[in-house]
Amino acid sequence: MSRYITRLRMRRTYKWNGRPVGEDRKLKRKYYESMSISVEGKTEDATVSSGQYILIEGDDDDNPFVAQLHKLYTDDSGKKKTAVVQWFVRMCEVPQNKRKLLGRDPHPQEIFFYQDRSCDNEVDGETILGAVQIEYVPAENSFPEGKSKDILFVKLLWDTKSFKALDPELMQPPQSPKSPPPSSRGPQTRALPTPDLSVMKRAMSGTLTRGSMSTGKMNSSEAESLHSASKLSAAKALSAKRRSRASSGPHVRKKLDLCSPTKNVSRDDVLGEILDEHTEKTLTSKLNTSPTGRISISIRLTPLNLNEEERVFPLSSHSPDKPKLTAHDKDDATSVFLGVQSIGDDDPDSLINTSRTPRKREATPRRAGLRGLKARTPSRRKDSAALREPALAALAEEEHEDSPIQTAATPRSKRKSAQLVSSRIRKQLNVLGNKVDRLSDGDDDDDCFIPTKTDLQSSSDEEEEAKIDSEDELIVKKRRGSRTPRSTEKTRVTARTPRKTPIKKTAPATPRTPRHATPSIPSRSAPARKPGNVLEEARARLHVSSVPESLPCREQEFQDIYNFVESKVIDGTGGCMYISGVPGTGKTATVHEVVRSLQQSAEQDEIPHFHFIEINGMKMTDPHQAYVQILQKLTDQKATPDHAAALLEKRFSAPAPKKETTVLLVDELDLLWTRKQNVMYNLFDWPTRRNARLVVLTIANTMDLPERIMINRVASRLGLTRMSFQPYTFKQLQQIITSRLNRVKAFEEDALQLVSRKVAALSGDARRCLDICRRATEICEHSGSQKNGSGLVGMSHVMEALDEMFSSSYIAAIRCASVQEQLFLRAVIAEFRRLGLEEATFQQVFVQHQALCRVEGLQPVSVSEGLAVCQRLGSCRLLLLEGSRLDLFLRIRLNVSQDDVLYALKAD
Amino acid sequence: VQDRCGCVLMMLCDGVCVQAQKLLRERLCHQKLPDQPVGLDSQYKHLLELLRRTAVHGESNSVLIVGPRGSGKTMLLGCVLRELMSLKEAQKNVLLVELNEKLQLCNETKSLGFLVFQGSFAENLAFLLEALKKGDKSSSRPVLFVLDEFDLFAHHKNQTLLYNLLDVSQSAQTPVAVLGLTCRLDVLELLEKRVKSRFSHRQIHLFSSLSFAQYLDVVRAQLSLPPDFPDPKFSDEWNHSVTKLCEDKTVEEILRRNFNGSKDFRSLHSLLFLAVSRVSVSHSTLREADLIEAWRLISVDSKANVLHGLSILELCLIIAMKHLNDTYDGEPFNFQMVHNEFKKFIQRKSHSIHKFEKPVVMKAFEHLLQLELVRPVDSGVCKVQREYQLMRLMLEHGQVMEALQRYPQCPTDVKQWALSAFG
Repeated sequence: MSRYITRLRMRRTYKWNGRPVGEDRKLKRKYYESMSISVEGKTEDATVSSGQYILIEGDDDDNPFVAQLHKLYTDDSGKKKTAVVQWFVRMCEVPQNKRKLLGRDPHPQEIFFYQDRSCDNEVDGETILGAVQIEYVPAENSFPEGKSKDILFVKLLWDTKSFKALDPELMQPPQSPKSPPPSSRGPQTRALPTPDLSVMKRAMSGTLTRGSMSTGKMNSSEAESLHSASKLSAAKALSAKRRSRASSGPHVRKKLDLCSPTKNVSRDDVLGEILDEHTEKTLTSKLNTSPTGRISISIRLTPLNLNEEERVFPLSSHSPDKPKLTAHDKDDATSVFLGVQSIGDDDPDSLINTSRTPRKREATPRRAGLRGLKARTPSRRKDSAALREPALAALAEEEHEDSPIQTAATPRSKRKSAQLVSSRIRKQLNVLGNKVDRLSDGDDDDDCFIPTKTDLQSSSDEEEEAKIDSEDELIVKKRRGSRTPRSTEKTRVTARTPRKTPIKKTAPATPRTPRHATPSIPSRSAPARKPGNVLEEARARLHVSSVPESLPCREQEFQDIYNFVESKVIDGTGGCMYISGVPGTGKTATVHEVVRSLQQSAEQDEIPHFHFIEINGMKMTDPHQAYVQILQKLTDQKATPDHAAALLEKRFSAPAPKKETTVLLVDELDLLWTRKQNVMYNLFDWPTRRNARLVVLTIANTMDLPERIMINRVASRLGLTRMSFQPYTFKQLQQIITSRLNRVKAFEEDALQLVSRKVAALSGDARRCLDICRRATEICEHSGSQKNGSGLVGMSHVMEALDEMFSSSYIAAIRCASVQEQLFLRAVIAEFRRLGLEEATFQQVFVQHQALCRVEGLQPVSVSEGLAVCQRLGSCRLLLLEGSRLDLFLRIRLNVSQDDVLYALKAD
Repeated sequence: VQDRCGCVLMMLCDGVCVQAQKLLRERLCHQKLPDQPVGLDSQYKHLLELLRRTAVHGESNSVLIVGPRGSGKTMLLGCVLRELMSLKEAQKNVLLVELNEKLQLCNETKSLGFLVFQGSFAENLAFLLEALKKGDKSSSRPVLFVLDEFDLFAHHKNQTLLYNLLDVSQSAQTPVAVLGLTCRLDVLELLEKRVKSRFSHRQIHLFSSLSFAQYLDVVRAQLSLPPDFPDPKFSDEWNHSVTKLCEDKTVEEILRRNFNGSKDFRSLHSLLFLAVSRVSVSHSTLREADLIEAWRLISVDSKANVLHGLSILELCLIIAMKHLNDTYDGEPFNFQMVHNEFKKFIQRKSHSIHKFEKPVVMKAFEHLLQLELVRPVDSGVCKVQREYQLMRLMLEHGQVMEALQRYPQCPTDVKQWALSAFG
């Protein structure tokens, strides 16, 4: 693929071919069928048209992104060319830890159909490099030999969790939009029967939340939805196809667009249902104020006597299958039956919405419009299934109903889950019995335009299962929401599990770098013993390393940081925050707590995914290592600092489509200071880039760090979002200990108060507080064995611990010094008094020392001995000395106050 | 035959004596761990308990052992580790990493049982942190990091290693115990505040509160031969002589002076080592004279010997400088001043000493300069002529006088000159 590099370097110009094939006045877009790319220095232009497979400029020049072009459009200004694509991934883009899921070596030219809804599939048209050829290889076949190197093969589907067999039908591009989607919805909604208010609300909410999640995408929702649909599960894509098939009217072309809102609604709506009903209320209010004024329409079905069916409707109506259903609106019976069928489909998930959602069928306005406007031709599942076939060219023609139908494509039904589901469904079907029969009959009747009808019928059961399966999958996906493997993988990165693939370290040759070794500590042969008594339990809980369930006394700071990060993540923007505070005030712990809870809510799909990276200025040997660590945690690549900086720069400035927000925690920021401050500059500059989606949280000890050490351009980029963690007050410290102890009764109340007051007065450092408490439990344990006290840690124990930790050891050291050392100290003080200075030479002190020796009746010491005594005191830092080469003229100062020395010597 | 018997007896006696000497020398030199540390019971218990909890419960800890040089920090740690390793539950469960200031991080990873990597320092650090991060409290082997000369680690750039080790000890990673040994009482002030905050502030102080009686006991114990000595007769004799020796007044005086100088056992060991080395076949017991001689060797002033080797002229110059010092109260002088003083002496008082040419005196002066008995005040800048460069005498008054007393065949007039108050 290296040849694309050269292309990249070349200047390319992009031109639309022909006239716009359609226009969306509302969104002010013009749709084009194809675009020509002329490369400087080449005579012939490359042309890409929708449906074709294209290469898109990416991070890696050698391996540009591969995608299938779905749509091309330009905005009103006509300057910006946008393409809507379906992504494919190369093996190298699959996270390293997931690669082994493939179970075999990937073919060098192999790519995978990429299925991830969270992935943005709108790209700048000018990043398109050109067309590429992709061949679909059925899963069971081997890769064709001897083909050109430029052909890529697609065999499997990668849904960010696992590799799956690719349904060839997915490869078929959705119809390219030749005409804009219906512009007005109002009349259509009116045309619909009995709009249900609650459903509308919900639908509204869905669109709204969606809108808020991806800012700036509101306008492009159609395109986006289209692409998202294509990135959705196979079922969705299928349904899209079906939809287009079903509606054979003049509006066929619009169908693709129509499906987009569907998708939005479906996802969020399902969510909404799964979560609270009460959110609906809030949503209604939102609805009223919503500027876009999207109207969702609910259709109340004629109640059948089957509860399940009704239950299911909301779901199914939102699911991408919906349009198909809507197509059946024409005759109630059919739609009802379809409903029934989808009950079956959704059954495994019905627990989600059991007893929720009273019979209502809700549709987004578009769908309603679709329904109203067009396509009354009832289509059948089978029909659509029949359409599964590798869509070779981008057949956007309206007539593609006539394309050859593939019936054999039901591979999924063979899987276990599918079988399970299908068995359940069969039960359901038994209940529903007749109706299903009727349905299928009806379908057959309606289904007159499909040539291979009979074949389909014969395999209808199977088809149904397959469909069920796919729908099931879809729903599962919805439920998991944010659980796209991409994000999970990233969160794991933040958890800092070393990514190095664990290769046994018994490798005989010593490797040159640690890259291939698993960094690990050998595990112990016997498990660690659990704490035995109350004091041990308390000690374990009081250890700084034990992670408390919650962080008391930092609620406000938690909330502020949470709001900051959450808003940035939701908006998909970037920003910086500076957090300061003296050590041991819970800065890092609070940020970690914030990230933990954000990750939780991301998992529940409340907010988009993000990945969290943490670097620590103290944990690197050089500020420039920051780049290396960030890159490694982001992409698992290793690079030199310079190269890493370049890669990161590219990553954060390129409008890369597949991107989720990155939250970067920079601990001990002051250590990243360099003379040019370029590391800090970059860290704060990246978030300001338009496409960076980077949130940087920085932590340092000093409040005025930005003013003190940063040059203006760095400080300005850091911005003014600052937060300062105050030292804990004694009440807070007390609360922290109490909450950690959590009903383990080990301390007397007074003792706790003493500790917390003492620490609060000194530093307000929670670590210190916990350490003292821990030491007090030890002291208590030792003394408890001697005399039978209450077993609780009392005042005396705490006092002892405090003494141990805070009292200066100088006095004890002086008391325990030898006679000559004590004499020497006295000589020092005497000499200081004589001189009136706080400094004297050794010679002067030595004279005093000898005099003192005579007074004390000791034999005077020699100069060598005296110097040895002096050096000993100097090594303890009771005295401060100059270098010993000065000999007699060594200058001596005291490191303790004279009073302390005299006190210590007097008490002796 | 009798002769031969006597010879054999001599040989035997000789063998026993050498054996005893060897045993004692080993004891004094090899710093073998005692069975039980003397006078450090509470510290011993505290440290043992702490390390036991790390080993058994997987509790991370950090502790500093602070005490003056020779107070037995390493010995204490050695004893504690020996006992810890003898515990069955700890034996197989602990990894020990001993670090000295000189060792690189590379060695650290090596001693952790990893392969030796030739990666950069950054890689090694990252690797180590990764490894420690991977572990958890209950399943990983606790790692004991012993940082000898802890204060020197605080001088490393950014205190990176300390920060990281202490950070691991304060977070839920592999259990570690960070043990620092230092003699500096102010070591905590060396730590950056974020490093300090992560340190648990446990300090074990080793201050010997030994009394002189205990000190004598230690001397006796150190010199006594063990009961399992192969020749019980000799050993009885030896031990008896040692007991007697310790009761001797002169010996006691020597030992007390040593004790007054410093309480640590290292200086005692070097004294006893010299004494034990003097034991020979001819006198197979330790005598008072041996100890006195050993003390003389140890306590001798280092400059006194140099003074004994000076010529009369050089000695005269030293005396002249002493007089200058007395006259000008320690202010620096130059060669010209010394020469003048010397000339005055020659002219007025000297009978035995002839007049020397100035260059000869200068030569003598430069010799003193080489011996560093005289030092220029500002060593770097010597733009001035040599005669006028300012100098200081590096000798104490007492040292000069003592040297004169001991100087062989010192002329009387020189002695008198030295003793006279003014030149």
